[in-house]
Amino acid sequence: MRLSHKYSALLVLLAVVAVAPLFFPSSYYYRVASLVCVNGLAVIGIVILTGYAGQISLGHAGFAGIGAYACALAPVHLGLHPGAALVLGALVSAGLAFLVGRPILRLKGYYLGVASLGFGILVSMVLTNESAITGGPDGMQVADLGLRGWLAGIGLRLTTGQFWYFVNALAMLIGAWLALNLNERATGRALRALHGSETAAATVGIDVARAKLSAFVISAVYASVAGSLLALQNRLVTPDIAGYMHSIEMVTMAVLGGVGSVLGAIFGAAVLTLLPQVLTAFDQYEQIALGLIMMLVMIYLRQGIVPGLLALIRGRGT
Amino acid sequence: MLVVEGLRAAYGRIEVLHGIDIEIHSGEIVTVVGANGAGKTTLLKTIVGAQPVAGGTITFRGENISAVPGFRRLARGLALSPEGRQIFTNLSVEENLRLGAYLYTDTRVDKDMDDAFAMFPVLREKRNLNAGGLSGGQQQMLAIARALMGRPSCLLLDEPSMGLAPLLVAQIFEVVKSLKALGVTVLLVEQNAFGALSVADRGYVMETGMIVLSGTGRELIENPRIRESYLGL
Repeated sequence: MRLSHKYSALLVLLAVVAVAPLFFPSSYYYRVASLVCVNGLAVIGIVILTGYAGQISLGHAGFAGIGAYACALAPVHLGLHPGAALVLGALVSAGLAFLVGRPILRLKGYYLGVASLGFGILVSMVLTNESAITGGPDGMQVADLGLRGWLAGIGLRLTTGQFWYFVNALAMLIGAWLALNLNERATGRALRALHGSETAAATVGIDVARAKLSAFVISAVYASVAGSLLALQNRLVTPDIAGYMHSIEMVTMAVLGGVGSVLGAIFGAAVLTLLPQVLTAFDQYEQIALGLIMMLVMIYLRQGIVPGLLALIRGRGT
Repeated sequence: MLVVEGLRAAYGRIEVLHGIDIEIHSGEIVTVVGANGAGKTTLLKTIVGAQPVAGGTITFRGENISAVPGFRRLARGLALSPEGRQIFTNLSVEENLRLGAYLYTDTRVDKDMDDAFAMFPVLREKRNLNAGGLSGGQQQMLAIARALMGRPSCLLLDEPSMGLAPLLVAQIFEVVKSLKALGVTVLLVEQNAFGALSVADRGYVMETGMIVLSGTGRELIENPRIRESYLGL
């Protein structure tokens, strides 16, 4: 029997995550790979919002910022464990997404893009300017998650790089599993249906406004958890995490790899996280090379790298 | 079963339905025929709630549903197979059908899907393919099948014969006739007046947002004015 799309995608992901460390010559590689996983987690949210439901957001870094600062602030002010702060951040992001999403999801296309961009800028302004609480542009320290010490206590000694690689990879795998599950269920079908035609979706009984809002809330939670993990790993947060460049990076990663596919978007996250490291060989031409690669991919593989290449291979096969 | 009284609808400030009165009894096939731009599609969209009511009432099974949101009207038994076969082209045939049954999670969904495949065997062959790859006729069959998955007591069909080859048009009208045997009440909107009036129990003729004539299908086919303006005889 053929393996379903869901399990084959998960198996590929699991295999890559498990095998990759064998090729890591130094802890620097663990660090970069764990960044790939965090970005991968964030773009899975973009796949749900943009790839499934067809809604665009240029403000999702705002939610990453909320997740990150929750991990910085809640342990100091509320005395919460950093792990609980991650959950709190996700809840706050979900609540805010619910409130913000209601009015702005009535907008379509680039109007929605601009409105969500405004939201992201608002969050990053608050984080930058409320320096009494957030430490302003210099950012603030983040408490230790404590899990690595606990693991060492039970005899599992990992370097910081290794530890965060496995934590983030696990988070990404769970995120991918949930997103692929959603895709197969009625809710996921409803999202893809309204992507195709909102009128037709309403005639089969889908509450279009509610479906869009749930996609927005879910994707906000993905961004928030990714932001939290990044903050806990770096032990430092700055308002840059909520900046609009980060929002645009998320969308670019997803679109470059293939926004309709979980695997594609993660691949896009990997490419855009790794390429700048690789392209340092080009020295000052790094940005130009990066831009050129992105333009060429969009011209020749419009659906994104992974779906585009798959279509090419299948096209040759028949 | 479905009573529309004095129904008005407008796009912005331009009124396109100027007070429509139609009535459909349980088990009937009723057709609304008229030229392009007469407001037929707007009428159907207003009945299912995809277009707001600007005046008048829609009563379905004794209940005024004018203010019920569109996505809730299917649960009451009112389904639309939209114009231009708005199937979900990015989803597979089976997923389209499952979306038609979006409101239901019981085991009858699978049975209904088998019935749909029995009605349109070609859909079974293509169940895992993207619906966008189907031919025009197959897409129309899928649109009707998807609407039926919602278990409607009253099905509204918007131009099912549009853009199809003559052989397929005949096939689609056969399907419409067979719906009657399933106990589904049908409101059929068509430009193909002859085909629609031949399968319908009763018909209405619509011109520029108003009903100008009504009668049984046979009466309308034999009406000299209809023969001249719509049937080209």
